[in-house]
Amino acid sequence: MSTALRIEDLTVHYDHFTALDKVSLEIQQHTTLGLVGESGSGKSTLARVIAGLISPVQGQVLLGSQNLGKKRSREQHKKIQMIFQNPDSSFNPKHTIRQILAEALLFHQIVDRSHVDRRCKELLASVRMDESALGRYPHEFSGGQRQRIAIARALSVEPSILIADEPTSALDVSVQLSILELFNKLKSELNLTMLFISHDLGVIHAISDNVAVMRQGRLVEVNTKEQFFTRPSTAYSRELLSAVPKMPTSQLSGGFL
Amino acid sequence: MKSTLLDLPLQPDDQRKSTFQTILSTPSLVAGGIMLVLLIGLAVLAPVISPYQPSEQNLYAFLKPPSAEHWLGTDQLGRDVFSRLIYAARSDLKIMVLAEIIPFCTGVFLGMLAGYYGKWVDSVISLVTDTFIAFPFYLIVIIVAFASGAGQRGIYITFILVGWIVFARVTRGLSASFRKQEWIASAQTLGLSGVRIILRHLLPNVLPQAVVVLMTDMVGLLVAIVTLGYLGIGIAPPTPDWGTMIADGQSFITTAWWLSAVPGFAVVYTGIALSLTGDGLADLWRRK
Amino acid sequence: MSASPILEVEELSLAAGSKTLVSGVGFSLDRGESLGLVGESGSGKSLTLRAILGLLPRGVEQVGGTIKSEVRAAMIFQDPRKSLDPLCPVVRQVEEVVYYRQQVSRKAARTIALELLEMLGLPDSLKQTDRYPSQLSGGQCQRIVIAIALACKPGILLCDEPTTALDVTVQQQILATITRLQQELDFAMVFVTHNLAIAATLCSKLCVMKQGSIVEHGDALSLLQHPQHPYTQMLIDSVLPLPELEGSASV
Repeated sequence: MSTALRIEDLTVHYDHFTALDKVSLEIQQHTTLGLVGESGSGKSTLARVIAGLISPVQGQVLLGSQNLGKKRSREQHKKIQMIFQNPDSSFNPKHTIRQILAEALLFHQIVDRSHVDRRCKELLASVRMDESALGRYPHEFSGGQRQRIAIARALSVEPSILIADEPTSALDVSVQLSILELFNKLKSELNLTMLFISHDLGVIHAISDNVAVMRQGRLVEVNTKEQFFTRPSTAYSRELLSAVPKMPTSQLSGGFL
Repeated sequence: MKSTLLDLPLQPDDQRKSTFQTILSTPSLVAGGIMLVLLIGLAVLAPVISPYQPSEQNLYAFLKPPSAEHWLGTDQLGRDVFSRLIYAARSDLKIMVLAEIIPFCTGVFLGMLAGYYGKWVDSVISLVTDTFIAFPFYLIVIIVAFASGAGQRGIYITFILVGWIVFARVTRGLSASFRKQEWIASAQTLGLSGVRIILRHLLPNVLPQAVVVLMTDMVGLLVAIVTLGYLGIGIAPPTPDWGTMIADGQSFITTAWWLSAVPGFAVVYTGIALSLTGDGLADLWRRK
Repeated sequence: MSASPILEVEELSLAAGSKTLVSGVGFSLDRGESLGLVGESGSGKSLTLRAILGLLPRGVEQVGGTIKSEVRAAMIFQDPRKSLDPLCPVVRQVEEVVYYRQQVSRKAARTIALELLEMLGLPDSLKQTDRYPSQLSGGQCQRIVIAIALACKPGILLCDEPTTALDVTVQQQILATITRLQQELDFAMVFVTHNLAIAATLCSKLCVMKQGSIVEHGDALSLLQHPQHPYTQMLIDSVLPLPELEGSASV
């Protein structure tokens, strides 16, 4: 297995606040790294640095063997795509779904103009959306549907790394489950490499192969999923895990675990 | 895992309101639109409609009250007030629209630049807007009008200098708030350039609000044009203009009140038409 | 206890214009009891809670049913920062409520306010230097909000997703605090949440709501064990399981 993405010593300051403090991390090809942390831990900042939206004060982002500098080329941009938390604001409200998907496809020359429509329909089908969605505007969809469209847009340019920043946090639990199922399906079908950020440990457990924990801008623990959820190596991880509200298990031992 | 697809179904196509239906359900837009169409119709068709030439004098029939022959009476030189009124609408409205084009475009563009890029770009643009705002508008107008000679040129120059500021301020605020939203971030993640994001993504989103501001701003501009005409440093005679008409009628206010009242009413009418349209558009876009 | 319930909601219906938002919702609550209203967005759970408090949003009206309550109700909202006055120091905010609701002197109000803060486990430093909401963490703000609610001496505490905006560790502390206070002060509680696990640990009775009506209600444990309605089953299935933490008994 080879390393898909490596970050070294990333540091980011906001005024006098250190959002990221010398964070180093690796993501292996075709695996999903779940990144957990409480609010203000710097996990979203990390995602934005990797996606090239924020430039770090110090440190490097290495995609395979390429160093991604301050100014990224079109090709480098294409390789890292991101899905955001808030489905209400992740699309230009004045563009139809067709325009949204076509812009990505044409800008990165994934298909030529005559095949755009067919490709858009395929993309929607891959996230289990009907092709009648194409002519509509984002506000006509529910949160879960928008998040599916966001996934379709991110995958449309065939990125080598997909970052998902709390993609299910704004959704109802049942919708969350269906989006997680979709992620798992796409993961195995497309051999995705993902950085999946969430504050919800249940979500991280459902999607990740490895888990990284952040706290106050630092990386606290990186571990395999099995290790992390049963034998976390730091006291903070243990504290997080034991704080998750649990169903009263004694009565439910049959169906649940 | 079981498949759970509980997302709401899409609204069927026939339940989506057409643009025309939504316009009809906005009364202020309908009213403003009708008033504007009427006004513009009169102005455009002035040469066809007007019963007399606007500067055609008839010293035998001066200061006549409204009658079948002269719908709105005649002035002190026996010129037909109705003909002058619609010819004045032609020149006043033309200047109003022309003088807004350049400031509107520059203002919207600079505002988007400032809001999108922030940092020093924003500092520079904001510094300029704040400086201009510190000067009273009419002071600048009068200075420029005197410097460039009275007439339309003064209005155009003044407006190119200061007219863009309102638009820049509005679009700057909007762009800055859109910039924090995730759809801009996802456009950046795609690798789109700043200019492309501004023109393809920001522009359609700030334009509605800017157009609403344009409507109210035109009212202000019209009042400025009329005021300058009234003060004698606006549109130069013999081109008919509501401001000069008000000023000319002033001496006869007790005997021939319609001379000043009619062009005054025309200004108010235009103001209401533009404001209603602006309100209606704002309403329409907010509901969408 | 066979005393009459302190809160009875019968056939409650709420509507905005011609659109029915809540229909035929009913439940009753005894002293010291806690009821969980569980459901997803649009289920009408928050509206029901607001109807009990008499604080319906503009445009929403009660079109049917009755709400009978003999005691005062107080409410805790989802976002603690938005429910505090940002320009008033927090201890003063608690004090004001005590002063007006308990009709005591200013001095007594301050003493009671400070007692409340202590009860909620807020730092002692607040006694010397009062702080603004922006200077406190989300969890501390929520504690202040709870103190304000308790200052009304409520017979019923209405909680509208009080921990959704908080981190898990903070959530755990706040939930523990609410449980402890309920035991000490014996108020009844209606707890609105989308999180079945929280509802199940906190409440003895549960009502599952969907699109404005209660689809299933009953004793919390038996409801989770033997859900009758497919929607309840679906909600239970949506709770993402976590493996057992080794050695968790010691924590």
